[in-house]
Amino acid sequence: MILQGIAFYVFAALLVASGVMVISSRNPVHSVLYLILAFFQAAGLCLLMGAEFIAMILIIVYVGAVAVLFLFVVMMLDINFRELRQGALEVLPLGGLIGLILLAELAAVVGGWIVAPGVEKLAAAPTPAITSVTNTQALGQLMYTQYVYLFQACGIVLLIAMIGAIVLTLRHREGVRKQNIGDQLARRRDEVVAIRKVSSGEGV
Amino acid sequence: MEIGLGHYLTVSAIVFTLGVLGIFLNRKNVIVILMSIEMMLLAVNLNLVAFSTHLHDLVGQIFAMIILTVAAAEAAIGLAILVVYFRNRGSIRVEDINMMKG
Repeated sequence: MILQGIAFYVFAALLVASGVMVISSRNPVHSVLYLILAFFQAAGLCLLMGAEFIAMILIIVYVGAVAVLFLFVVMMLDINFRELRQGALEVLPLGGLIGLILLAELAAVVGGWIVAPGVEKLAAAPTPAITSVTNTQALGQLMYTQYVYLFQACGIVLLIAMIGAIVLTLRHREGVRKQNIGDQLARRRDEVVAIRKVSSGEGV
Repeated sequence: MEIGLGHYLTVSAIVFTLGVLGIFLNRKNVIVILMSIEMMLLAVNLNLVAFSTHLHDLVGQIFAMIILTVAAAEAAIGLAILVVYFRNRGSIRVEDINMMKG
């Protein structure tokens, strides 16, 4: 139990510290790298809570897809980031004040909140005992039966996002030769091949 | 030293606040704003997973996965818009994004 406490505080401290570095570092590449660190710490927290599947999905989706996409865009675009940093210190007092107010409100909510007695009986899908089914298996049994429409809606969201990203970034440039299958199939031999008599000793 | 629900909720509240603060501090930089939004979604996910595991209700983890899907889609679309915008204007300053103001 003491080990769990130590692990929690290490993960939480690193998560908060890397979150601070994400929003305060001067170089956006460093921001993305700290974001990756924050995602790893969040995955560690999920592991501590006992949600192994969510932890692994966090690493695969956030680190493997989202953060790498950010890194790719930051490195691909040639942006003057020093200019973008200007004026950050002017809004620091107001931003800090709003952040403190938000944090105080959240602390008030968390601090004054208690679990109602008997709430576990109201669970929509009670977690089965970990000795009978694993976390991943239990999630699959729930997601592919009771929440299958939600699962399909997720697929549609991803499909639309994929189509949208392709449509947005696709561009037609002049002077680029592309394969045109219709033209290729419409070619006839007598249109493109000419037979000439060439007498020896002379050119064509 | 029992680590309970309150500890996890506090961490996720701090991360959420950091995300909000990041939007304020980096008003000009759309990339960092998108990263801050990702951090806020991460905090929401942590919240859902904490409640799910402490109340022994598996639905919270399903919701966390759906939020993850939406976050991935949002990042892809947002960065695609950013790339197109940079290609057209040569800058990503937030103040310059007023072409649709009419």
